[in-house]
Amino acid sequence: MEHTRQRQLLYLALLVMGLIAPWLGVYTVYLMTLYCFAIFACAFNLLLGFGGMLSFGHAAFFGLSSYVTGWLMTSQGYSTLTSILGGVAAASLLGLVFGFIAIRRSGIYFAMITMALAQLVYFVCLQASFTGGENGLQGVPRGSILGLDLSQDTAMYYVVLFSLCAVFLWIQRVIESPFGQVLKAIRENEVRAESLGYFVNTHKLIVFVMSAGLAGFAGSLKCLVLSFATLSDVLQSTSGEVILMTMLGGAGTLLGPVVGSAVVVTLQNTLADKVGSWVNVIIGSIFVLCVLAFRKGIVGEIMALLKRQ
Amino acid sequence: MTELLGFPIQVILGQLLLGLVNGCFYAMLSLGLAVIFGLLGVVNFAHGAFYMLGAYGTWALLNYLGIGYWGALALSPLGVGILGIVLERTMLKRLTQVDPLYGLLLTFGLSLIAEGFIREAFGASGQTYPVPELLQGAVNVGFMILPIYRVWVIVASLMVCLITWFVLERTRLGSTLRAATENPKLVQAFGINVPRMVSLTYAAGVALAAFAGVLSAPIIQVSPLMGSSLVIVVFAVVVIGGMGSIMGAILSGLMLGVIEGFTKVLYPEASNIVVFLIMAIVLCWRPNGLFGKG
Repeated sequence: MEHTRQRQLLYLALLVMGLIAPWLGVYTVYLMTLYCFAIFACAFNLLLGFGGMLSFGHAAFFGLSSYVTGWLMTSQGYSTLTSILGGVAAASLLGLVFGFIAIRRSGIYFAMITMALAQLVYFVCLQASFTGGENGLQGVPRGSILGLDLSQDTAMYYVVLFSLCAVFLWIQRVIESPFGQVLKAIRENEVRAESLGYFVNTHKLIVFVMSAGLAGFAGSLKCLVLSFATLSDVLQSTSGEVILMTMLGGAGTLLGPVVGSAVVVTLQNTLADKVGSWVNVIIGSIFVLCVLAFRKGIVGEIMALLKRQ
Repeated sequence: MTELLGFPIQVILGQLLLGLVNGCFYAMLSLGLAVIFGLLGVVNFAHGAFYMLGAYGTWALLNYLGIGYWGALALSPLGVGILGIVLERTMLKRLTQVDPLYGLLLTFGLSLIAEGFIREAFGASGQTYPVPELLQGAVNVGFMILPIYRVWVIVASLMVCLITWFVLERTRLGSTLRAATENPKLVQAFGINVPRMVSLTYAAGVALAAFAGVLSAPIIQVSPLMGSSLVIVVFAVVVIGGMGSIMGAILSGLMLGVIEGFTKVLYPEASNIVVFLIMAIVLCWRPNGLFGKG
């Protein structure tokens, strides 16, 4: 009980910080990018941390949705809300197909299969006409939602912040539901869960599609925030980044992915123009350090520390 | 001019040869992956990075030390193999007790580091490497013109693959290795130094990747990212073949290279994705891979 109360206070404090951040002079586009990746990492964490499945190809959903939203906004002239929904629908559909194929294997094979399928999406995006090939889609307008003009950064900021909170609460709701409990049972012991009469593959597929759709939502928002969709969204390195964010923050914890994405996005923002290619070396080193030294991630280690006291 | 399916036969044979060359690289890399996975239980994502380092080693040996192709063919895999031993002893060794996924993540991080270093040291653009004098030129065999270097690549890699297969399946060393894959503790009880064997196996696997890198240096642009796109295709090859069988890895590598070559003739747009499509079909039809057990 005490812990739940502490946790609620922590969430509230974070929310207040998020609400007042634009007035403290923090660069909003940076924060919005951070929130988009936080949504992406939360979606990924739903699959890895609670479903026990390591996807090495989540950039496919993120990137496809980014492209679809950008395409619907620019060449088709749809409204912002429809474009986002279109992106999420495309990502979920792709998730259904990929999930159907990938859940036939588990563990490392699952990781390799998702990686290969995502590479397929990359090549399709490279060659398809609606993605703009090497150039990507530039100058995507933000439009408006419910009469709110999103071309102003502050308005867009609150929409993205609201989206992050909604996704966060939704994921919390999912993992605390009976469905989430069954997921945990599958993660711990698949054979036992199956012998207890649960449809293991159905559960896996549902959580895969859910994760893909939410990753797509993050991609759509990212496209609107930065007004472009490019090949780097579907690139393998983006799949790697979201893994790192989740692992660094703590897979299987609710707040971990948010913390992890904050660290990684901040690192990239501050280092990119100063150290050039070394940024890859640094990201790689964090990966190695994470795997060798603290597998529970930042939040996971803190929680373990609190429990010991 | 003779035609097949509406395409000149020369074009088809030319692409087939290119496909076979690619297939040889797939075969060598997936063979190394399978051997490493068998004994260490690690999916070595850094395999592409080691392949890249092998090619850069070749290039650097020529440009900084004046050592040519034939020297590099021995020295580059040796250097990469030593690097492999160091990495296995210092890092991979610590992961034997945890989920194999951590091995994949660790080697993913290692390949990011390697790529970043190489890009910082030699730039992001590709380097060219001359074809060794002895293997320059082409022979006309009547129905097509064969570039000698590509024939050499096919012969050399098939030899290496067959030697590896022979050592693993037909020698005493190979049977010890296979026994250690099944039950390392028992093998150790027979007085065999299993940790050393594991290190050397990892070294041999990554040296194989570096050897492929040396072979590829004269025919492709040597660039920091040459390995990371290849390793994903090789993963798909491994999923198609199933990781349990050595011959399976070799055969599926060659087969997919040839299929890719054919696709370049029939429908060039799909040549990049055909391996992934085949993987998806195989998974629906035989989830354990074509040569997989169980």
